[in-house]
Parts: sequence; C-alpha cells; structure tokens
Amino acid sequence: MRTIRHDAVIIGGGPAGLAAAAELDRLGVHDVLVIEREKQPGGILRQCIHEGFGLARYGEALSGPEYAQRLIDELTSRGMKVMTDTTVLSLSQDRALTVVSREGIARIEAGAVILAMGCRERTRGALAIPGERPAGVYTAGVAQAYMNLYNRMIGRRAVILGSGDIGMIMARRLTLEGAQVEGVYEIMDTPSGLPRNISQCLDDYGIPLNLSHTITEIHGGARVTGVTVSAVDAQLKPVPGTQRYIPCDTVILSVGLIPENELSLEAGIALDPRTRGALVDEHLQTGCPGVFAAGNVLHVHDLADDASLEAEAAARSAAAYLRGELPCCGVSVVCGAGVRYALPQRVSGGQDVPLALRVSRAMGPCSIVLRQAGREIGRKRVIRALPAEMIHVTLKADQIGGCEEIEVSAE
Amino acid sequence: MNRSLTCIVCPNGCTITAELDEHGAVCALSGAACPRGEAYARQEIERPMRMIASSVRVTGGAAPLVSVRMTKPIPKGEIMRVMEAIRSASVPAPVAAGDVIIADVLGLGSDVIATRSIDQKAV
Repeated sequence: MRTIRHDAVIIGGGPAGLAAAAELDRLGVHDVLVIEREKQPGGILRQCIHEGFGLARYGEALSGPEYAQRLIDELTSRGMKVMTDTTVLSLSQDRALTVVSREGIARIEAGAVILAMGCRERTRGALAIPGERPAGVYTAGVAQAYMNLYNRMIGRRAVILGSGDIGMIMARRLTLEGAQVEGVYEIMDTPSGLPRNISQCLDDYGIPLNLSHTITEIHGGARVTGVTVSAVDAQLKPVPGTQRYIPCDTVILSVGLIPENELSLEAGIALDPRTRGALVDEHLQTGCPGVFAAGNVLHVHDLADDASLEAEAAARSAAAYLRGELPCCGVSVVCGAGVRYALPQRVSGGQDVPLALRVSRAMGPCSIVLRQAGREIGRKRVIRALPAEMIHVTLKADQIGGCEEIEVSAE
Repeated sequence: MNRSLTCIVCPNGCTITAELDEHGAVCALSGAACPRGEAYARQEIERPMRMIASSVRVTGGAAPLVSVRMTKPIPKGEIMRVMEAIRSASVPAPVAAGDVIIADVLGLGSDVIATRSIDQKAV
C-alpha cells in the first residue's frame, strides 16, 4: 500500500474543512490535504440554493453554492487542492488514515488531523413511526438534493414532520415549485428551527406550524396516500381522540441532525452524549492528541458561517500543535440548570475562550451564568434563549481561579 | 395598533414591534438590534419585499440544473409570477456563476442570476 505523509489532513471538504485548509495555509502550514468523499468540494452547501449564507464572514447574503465557491476560490488562489471522490476508511490514534479512491487504497500519515465530516440526518427508522412502508418518505436533505441537484420533483402534496431549518426551507421550496404543503408538525412545544425561517419559509406562504403534534401513522401501499397526525401531551405521548387523517403523497422528515462520528469512534475518540460530537478542549482538540474537530461533526450549528469560523479556530490550534505549543487543559466545563450542552468541555484557564451552548428549553429574557466553586465568573444577558439558537459567551481567563469545574447555567 | 415582526435580515431574527398610526404608517419601532432591522420593518409594513432562490433547467450541461437567485428583492406579491418565469426558462451550458439568466424579470428591476457554474456535458 502507498504511504504518504502530510503535515495536516482535513477530513471533509464542506464549510468547515475548506475554511480550515485556507487558515492553515495562511498560518504557514502549507502541506495540507483536504479529503472529500463527493466528486466536488462544498459539502451540503452545494444543495442549499437559498440565500442567507456568508452574512458573518463576508457581510453579504450569498446562496450556498456561492458561499462554497468563495471558499474553493480561496484555496485555488493559494494553490491548494481538495482530494475529491476519496473516502477515509479508518483513522487511528497515531493519526494514520486509510483512504480509498479510484487510484486504490493508500495510507496517509498526518502530523495533525482536523475532523470536519459534518453530520447526517435522523431517519424514520430512528423515530419508529408506525404504519406502512410506502415510497414518498424523505429526509429533508435528501428531498433537497433530489430537487436542487437532480431536477426531480418529489411530490405534489407534502406533510413535514419536524420543524428543523431544512424542513422549513423545503416547505418553501416545494411551495415555490407548485406543490401543496399541508403543514409542519413538531412534537415539541417549541420550534427547532430559527425564527426567521418560520417567518420567511412558513408564514410567507401560509403554511401552518403545528406544535405539540406528531405523525402517528403513515398510510399507503406503493406510495404514501396520507398520514395520521395527533396532538401530544407534556410527556410527548399522543392524546387519544385527537387523530386526524391528512391525505398526501409525500412525507418530509426534518427531525434532527447527528454528527457523523463513525471514524472518530473507531479511533477511540470519546464523544459527548449531549452533542454526539467529540469531547474537546479549548483548542478544539479531541481526546486524541493532534486530532481536532470543528463544524457540524463537533456539534450541529445553526449557520455555515459559524461552522467555518470554528474550523478556522481548529486550524489555528492544529498549527500551534505542529509547533508543539498547546497548553494542557485541566479545568472542566459542565452544564448546569437549563443548559443542554456547552462546549468546549475543558479549558486551560490561560486564555479567554469562546463558549458555545444551547439551552434545554425556551426562555424569555435571561442570563447565561458561569460559576466556579459557587463564585460567579461571567454573565451574559440575552433577550431570549431558544434551543434552536446557539448562544456564544466568552469565558474570561482572568476570572478563572484554580482548577475546580466551571458550571454554565441559564437562569 | 401594534404589529410584531420577525426580522429576516440576519440569523438573529429579532422580534420587532412596530407601532402604527390609524393610517397604518409606522410611528415607532422597537426590538431591532440594528438599523437594517428597522429598515426591514418599515419596508415590510409599507411594501414587503423578498429575495427568492430557485433553479433553472440547463441543456447540454454536466448537471441538469443551475441554481439561481435574484439580484434585488422583489415585491412579495410577485413571487409566484417570478417563479413561473424561472420555471419556464432554460439555458444552454456552459453557465458561469453570476451569468444573467433572466434580465429585469417581469420588469421588476431585478435580474435572475446563476449562483454556480455548470460545464458542458463531456462527450
């Protein structure tokens, strides 16, 4: 087997991986390999034809393909290439990768690795919706790929389960293409997508958002003919007597994204059960030295811009690691009341650290409070806190004393 | 009378409250974190405008579709008519990102432009 060596290897050529590659080059790490499974770089951006990308990084609203092209152009101008049509089969603790492409199998040894594999969609199987198994049930991203990349209309009358952003964006897309969207049904009592998408994708087109409702049965033989929806109670159990039959030929699932961490698990990298991404320190370094994680493989982001920015931070850490300069991180960050997850999970106390977190339920005006051994060491007021919106707060190094754990809570 | 809006300018999605006089004109705004949000709210109440994105058929291309968007927002009430124009258009490959696919669509002062490049189909 061929063996090649690179200073840095990035797994995944989407908004995180491409941004990390450019940042490494900018920092003087020029021997960088980006490995992408698809035939073209860009990741999920290729099928996200709607606009709204790039507001944070470029100060303008771009479509997904345009945002991806900016990143690709940046690599091209630096003389960098993405190794496409290549799949990473395995990753080891000592940063050796096995990859397969048309040229065959190769072994790649990396000085540092950045995991940027993104995420995948939760499917019907994970939800165990009773009923028949007809055609016409799609995850939102698959429906998006059919319509936006392959010119395949997926149905005429759709019901959407889950209020994730991609589901809402597909509700609008289907409506624009002449299909009828009966409604969005969300089992929780708060939407899982961003408020602006409820406004511009659902409200604009008169598509009802039904909270505390779910699909309790899918009907149809060869093709979906309808669904039964029911209201759910506070325990998320369907309320008897609330069933309603809705005729439709298409069901779209927008019920959550799961970081794609098969490679990480195989490498023995510990994951956080809350984020389903790697446990990382303030350098975004996983439990495996020299292996970093960023973007949706680490935790599911609301915005591609944020995934790219996080990946640039991981690239800076990887560059420092290659120079042998990463301080160790002995202070744990844990979740207190009202916080579903906070990241990174370990810090050094030696520098200010941007924390990313999500609350566990919707709250009005509240404060994100950081405490160490009962002492308040940081506070950020927000006008609202929604599980759908990631919150960023800075952990100040000069406030951290000792190595007791730091608790993040929403109150 | 008050009207509550979710700003769609950026992902912050501010909830903006507009106070309207008896003619429906804006007399006060609150809740917007930036001036763009205030401008959005005024526009939304006077004459709602939207950007739309879709795709146009490509003939002889390496992919069957090219993604497109508007260069300027269009009146919300014209969205479906603009979609008709987009649906009935087709363009021969190659297409370059930024190419104007439909100039001044329906005379609304906004162009439909390609947002990616499509090569010719390899023979």
